[in-house]
Amino acid sequence: MAKYSMHILVCGGTGCRAAQGLAITESLKKEIDENNLNDTVQVIETGCFGFCEKGPIVKIMPDNTFYVQVKPEDTKEIIAEHVIKGRKVERLLFVDPDKKEKVSDSKHMGFYRKQLRIALRNCGFIDPENIEEYIGREGYEALGRCLTEMKPQDVIKIIKDSGLRGRGGGGFPTGLKWEIASKNHADQKYVVCNADEGDPGAFMDRSILEGDPHSILEAMTICGYATAATKGLVYIRAEYPLAIKRLQVAIKQARESGLLGKDILGSGFDFDVELRFGAGAFVCGEETALIHSMEGERGEPTVKPPFPAESGYWGKPTNVNNVETFANIPVILIKGATWFRSIGTEKSPGTKVFALAGKINNVGLIEVPMGITLREVIFEIGGGIKDGKKFKAVQTGGPSGGCLTTKHLDTPIEFDTLIAAGSMMGSGGMIVVDEDDCMVSVAKFYLEFTVEESCGKCAPCRIGNKRLHEVLTKICNGNGTREDLELLDNMSRVIKDTALCGLGQTSPNPVLSTLDNFYDEYLEHVDDKKCRAGVCKSLMQYVIQPDNCVGCTACARVCPVGAITGERKGIHFIDQSLCIKCGACIEKCKFNAIFIQ
Amino acid sequence: MDFVKLIIDNKQVEVPAGTTIYKAAHQLGIEIPVLCYMNLEHMNIENKPAGCRICVVEVEGRRNLAPSCSTDVVEGMVVRTNTMRVLNARRTVLEFILSDHPKDCLVCPKSGNCELQDLAVKMGVRKIHNEEISQMSSYRVDYSPSIIRDLDKCVMCRRCETMCNDVQTVGALHAVNRGFMSVVAPAFEMDLVKSTCTYCGQCVAVCPTGALAEVDNTPQLIRALSDTKKTVIVQTAPAVRAALGEEFGYPAGTSVTGKMVAALRRLGFDYVFDTDFAADLTIMEEGTELLGRLEKHLKGEPVKLPILTSCCPSWVNFFEQQYPDMLDIPSTARSPQQMFGAIAKTYFADKINVKREDLIVVSIMPCLAKKYECQREEFKTDGNPDVDYSISTRELAHLIKEANMDLRNMPDEDFDNPLGESTGAGVIFGTTGGVIEAAVRTAYEVFTKKKLEKVDFQQLRGMEGIRSASVDIDGFELKIGIAHGLGNARKLLEDIRAGKSEYHAIEIMACPGGCVGGGGQPLHHGHSEILQKRAAALYREDAEKPIRKSHDNPMIIELYEKFLGHPMSEKAHHLLHTHYVDKATVIKTIE
Amino acid sequence: MAKVKSLADLRKMKEDLQSKVHLREKGDNYENLVQVKVGMGTSGIASGAKEVFNFFVDELEKRSIEGVVTQTGDMGYNFAEPTIEVTIPGKEPIVFGNVDMKKADQIIESYIKNGELVEGILPENYDKIDNK
Repeated sequence: MAKYSMHILVCGGTGCRAAQGLAITESLKKEIDENNLNDTVQVIETGCFGFCEKGPIVKIMPDNTFYVQVKPEDTKEIIAEHVIKGRKVERLLFVDPDKKEKVSDSKHMGFYRKQLRIALRNCGFIDPENIEEYIGREGYEALGRCLTEMKPQDVIKIIKDSGLRGRGGGGFPTGLKWEIASKNHADQKYVVCNADEGDPGAFMDRSILEGDPHSILEAMTICGYATAATKGLVYIRAEYPLAIKRLQVAIKQARESGLLGKDILGSGFDFDVELRFGAGAFVCGEETALIHSMEGERGEPTVKPPFPAESGYWGKPTNVNNVETFANIPVILIKGATWFRSIGTEKSPGTKVFALAGKINNVGLIEVPMGITLREVIFEIGGGIKDGKKFKAVQTGGPSGGCLTTKHLDTPIEFDTLIAAGSMMGSGGMIVVDEDDCMVSVAKFYLEFTVEESCGKCAPCRIGNKRLHEVLTKICNGNGTREDLELLDNMSRVIKDTALCGLGQTSPNPVLSTLDNFYDEYLEHVDDKKCRAGVCKSLMQYVIQPDNCVGCTACARVCPVGAITGERKGIHFIDQSLCIKCGACIEKCKFNAIFIQ
Repeated sequence: MDFVKLIIDNKQVEVPAGTTIYKAAHQLGIEIPVLCYMNLEHMNIENKPAGCRICVVEVEGRRNLAPSCSTDVVEGMVVRTNTMRVLNARRTVLEFILSDHPKDCLVCPKSGNCELQDLAVKMGVRKIHNEEISQMSSYRVDYSPSIIRDLDKCVMCRRCETMCNDVQTVGALHAVNRGFMSVVAPAFEMDLVKSTCTYCGQCVAVCPTGALAEVDNTPQLIRALSDTKKTVIVQTAPAVRAALGEEFGYPAGTSVTGKMVAALRRLGFDYVFDTDFAADLTIMEEGTELLGRLEKHLKGEPVKLPILTSCCPSWVNFFEQQYPDMLDIPSTARSPQQMFGAIAKTYFADKINVKREDLIVVSIMPCLAKKYECQREEFKTDGNPDVDYSISTRELAHLIKEANMDLRNMPDEDFDNPLGESTGAGVIFGTTGGVIEAAVRTAYEVFTKKKLEKVDFQQLRGMEGIRSASVDIDGFELKIGIAHGLGNARKLLEDIRAGKSEYHAIEIMACPGGCVGGGGQPLHHGHSEILQKRAAALYREDAEKPIRKSHDNPMIIELYEKFLGHPMSEKAHHLLHTHYVDKATVIKTIE
Repeated sequence: MAKVKSLADLRKMKEDLQSKVHLREKGDNYENLVQVKVGMGTSGIASGAKEVFNFFVDELEKRSIEGVVTQTGDMGYNFAEPTIEVTIPGKEPIVFGNVDMKKADQIIESYIKNGELVEGILPENYDKIDNK
C-alpha cells in the first residue's frame, strides 16, 4: 500500500463540479502521474466544502492549504510549486476582504471561523464513495454500539436527551418521534429519509448526501433498530443525480460490508435501504404527501392525525426524518447527549446548516451552532453585503419563512425565536436582500413559488395564494389601493389559519412579514406609486432634467417607441404614456440629463 | 365502545371515540356547512379529503382551524363552530372558491340544485374582490354521449374521484395538474369517451356544482313532440316512478306511477308505455338462457357458469373494458330499454301501421349510461336507433315543471297497451336484487313446472354491497350472487376469473342501490337513506300488483304467440339479444 | 471489502483504516501538533532531505507522536542542508541545520519529546516559511 504523505482534496459537490471540478481532479492526477508522485500524493474527490462563492476549492493536507477558484490549468502549478517544492501558490489563496491579507488555513477565514461542523463533519473531508474512509472516521461505530451494547429504548433515550429537533423545518423533537413510532406495533415498519429538498437556493441535504452518504445510511439503520423497522427508504428528488449516485454506491458498499442487510454486525437485526425518486414537487417535503408520492399516488398531503408514525407508508408505522436530522444521529450516539446539549441553545441544541444566498459576499453552505445571531451569520460568516450596499432584510426558512430586518439582527437563531420574529427555521435557506430590492417584489417572488408548488388540494392554498400573488402584482404595477393592503392581510391570515398542510399554512409568511416590517414600502407603492428600490418597472419614470438637456436629439433618435420629442437645441420631453422604460435614452445621453424618478 | 365527552358551542356531548367533530356537532343539532365532505352512510361511502376548508371550526389549544369533517374528537375538547374567526375564515375561503368559479348560474344545469350556490346564499357573499384581475383556471368543456364535464366549475371536492375510483373502481377520473390548475379529469386530460368511463353517472350524482352534468336531450324531445308527422311513444323505467315525486315535494319513497303517466300523456306523447313490460320480456329471454345453461350444467356438459345479468349498460361497458376475456359469460339478452325499442319499432310499429322512421321512441331512465346505450351501433337498423332519446328522471322533472304542470295535481292514469302491461317482477328491476328475484320467480316455475307459492325472496333483498343466497328449486340449490356498485362487481368477477366462483347466476348493477341510485335520478345530496326508501317503494308496488311473475304477463304471452314464437327463437335472438365488444383493445387502438 | 461481522471486527477495521484519513485529521488540527517542515530544494534533496523527510514521517508514527511532516522549498541555508523547521505548539519555530538520521533521531527524542534543545540550531535571520 502506498504511503501517502500528502492528500489533495478536491470539492466534488454539484456546484464545484459544474465549475470544472472534475477536470481539476483529472488534471491533478495526470500531473501527479507525470511527476511520479503516485506513491506519495493522493487526490480525493470529496463532498462540498461549503464555500461555494469561491469554488472550485482544492485543499492540500496535511499543511491545510485552502486554494480557491481553482481552474484546471492551475493544477500544473499546484503540483510543481506546492507539492514538489513546498511553496504555496500565493495567487490561489483566499484574500481576507478586510485585512487584504492572504489566508491559507480555512480556519482563519471569516467564513469558517464561527462554523461548527457536525452534520457536515465529513463533507469536504472524506471520499464519499469510499466506505473505508467513513469507517476510518468512526463510521458505523455508533451503529455497532447500538446493535451490540444498547437496547432500542436506550437509543431513543439518548436521542430524546440530546434535545435534537427535526432539521427539515418543523423542529419536532426527533427522539419523541422515534418513541411514537417504536410504540406502534405492526408486522412491518419503515424508516424514511426525506431528501426532497425543495426550497429555492437550499442545498444542505444534497451536500450531505453527496459528501457523506454513509452517515445517512448509518443513522437510518440506527433509527430502524430503535423503532423496530426493517426497511428504509430515501425519498430523493430525481434532479439530484450526483447525490443519487453517491447513495447508490454507498448502499452497495454497505451491503457488501454487511452493514446493511441481514444480521448486521452479528446482532440478528436486519435492515436495508432503497431509494425512491421524487419529481421535485415542493409539497412532497411534507411527510404525508411524501408517503403518498412513494405509494404512487398523487403527491398531496392528508390530514394529520393519523401521523405517519401511526399510519404511514402502506398504512404501516413510518418514521420520517430529514437528511440533516439523520446526519446528526451517529455523532450524538458517540459523543453523548450531554455533549450535544452543550452546543447551541437550551431549546434548540446542536447546530444548523444554512444555505447562504442572495446579496451576500460569501454565498455558500454553513453550519453554525444554534443561538448564533443573524448578524454573525450575515456579516462575519457571510462577509457582509455585496458591493458595500446596505442590508435590508434576510428571508429565512425559504418560501414559507418570513423577512427579518435590521431589528432582528441580534436575535439568536433557533426554532422558537425565529417563529416569534415572524419567520421560521425551515430547512435552512437564508436569502439576503439589500437596498436595491423591493420588498413587495420579494414577497411576490416567493408567492410565485408557492403558487407554482401548491398541490391544489385545499382551496385556501390553491386559490388563495394565487389571489395573493395577483394583488401583489397589482400593487407592483402601481394599481394597488389601501383596500388591497387590508385584503392582503386578511387573505394571508385566513390562508394560514385554514390551509391543509404546512405549505399553505406558511406560504403567506413572506407577505405578512413584509407587511409587518416594510409597511411603508407598501404604502409608497400604493399611495405615491413609487418603488424606492427602482425594481417595479411600472412605477418608474424616465424624466429629462431641463437644466442639463442641450437638445442634442440623441435620446429622441434612440427611443424605439418615439416617446421623446423636442426641437434640436431645445429641451426634450418624454411622453410617459408611450415610454416602455427600456432605458435606451439614459444610456445614450451624454449630459446626464435623463434620470429615473 | 369508548366514549368521549367534549363541548361544542358550550354544549356538552358524548360520542363514541373516533367520531369526527362534524358528526358530534350534528348529534347536537349543529349543522356545520360543508362542501367537499360527503357521507353516503347507508352505502358505506365517505369522501373527506378535507380540501374545501369550509367546515373549519375553532378547537381550543390548536394553532389553526380544524376541518371538522376529518378531525376526530378528543376527550375534553372544546370546539366552537361559529366564532367570528371561523365565520371570517369560511367566508374568505368561499370567496376564494367563488373567485375561481364561473358566475353563469343562470344557464348552469345545476342552477337551483347546486351546493356551492347554497353556500354562497348562506354566507351572503356579495362581492368577489379584484375580480377583474382574478385569473380563472379554465378548461375546455368535454362532451360525451352521457356526461358533460365543465371543469371551470370543478371545486376539487374529489367526490367524483371517490365514486369513480373507490366505489366503482373504474379509474376514469383523477386529480390532474397541480396547484391553481388542479381539476379532476381523465388521465392526460383525455376526453371521457377515450377513457375507461362506463357512464354510470355516479360522478354526476355527487357533484356539488355544475362541473359534471348529464347531457340534456330535452331540446330534441321537445322538437320531436312538436312534430305532428311523428308518432312519439315513451317508456318509463321502474326506478323513475319511485324517485320523480321527490322533485315535486313528495317525501322520498313515494311512488308516483299514475301521476307520471298522466303528466307524460299531457306532454304530448302518443303512447305512454312501461319499460317494466320489457323487463318481463328480459326475464323470459334471460331466464330461458339461464335455464338452458343450467340444464347443460346438470347434464355435465361444459358450459359457462355463472351467468351474469346484462340489463345495466354501465355494467356492460365495465366488463367490455375491464374483462374482455370474459365476454362470453354475461347473458346475451339486451337491456329492457333496448328490448322495448326493438319491439316498439317492429311489432308495435306494424300494429299501429307507422313506418319505423316516423316512430320516435323515448325512454325515461334513472340512468345516464342509457343515453350512451341507445346510441350503440348494435341497436340501430339502417342507422335508425331502436330508442331515439333517453331522458333522465331529472330531465323529465324539469320538462314537467317547464310545461306548467305540477305532478301533485295530476290524476292517476294507467299505461297504454300493449307495451304498458307489466308484472311485479318487472317493477323490482329498479333495485339491487330485483332482476335476479324476478328471474328466480320465473325460473322456478318453468324449471319445476310447479306453481311458486311464495314469491317474495327476502334473502335476495337489502343494501349489502355483495350478497349471496341459495334458492331451493325443487331440490336443486341455485346459488345466487348479487353485487351493486362496480367495485363490488369487480370482486365477484375476479373470483370468476380465478375459477373460485361458486355461483350459478349473478346480478350486477353498476350503481350503488341499483337503478334507484342511478346517475340520472334526483340528486340525493348525500342523503343515502333516500335510496332505501325508493327501493321500498318498488317492493310495495310489486306486492300490490295482481300479477307478479313475468311469464304470467298476458301481453308478453301474446307477444310470443303472435310475433316472437318462443324465448330464444331466431326472431327473439335477432331482436332481443346482442353481442359484446372488447373495448380494452378498442381503446388501445384509439391511442 | 470483507464483511464486517461484529463490533469488534468493525473497530479493528477502523484501526487499520484510520491511517487513510489520519493525515487529513492531523492537517485539520495541525496547530495543536508538532510540525516538521523539511527543506526540499535541490540542494536539500541532494544532501539527503528526502530520506530525512521519510524518516520523520515513519518515526513520528512509530514513536506515537502526533505530528505533521510537510515539505517546503529551499530555506536558504545551503551551507547546512538538509534543513528542517520544527514547531511545537505554543512555541516559536526552530530551524535545525545539517540534519541527518542521527540528528533527526536526537531532535525527536530531545526536542520534540522533552522540549530540550539540541545542537545545530540556526539563527533566526530568516522569515518564517509562511510569510515568504
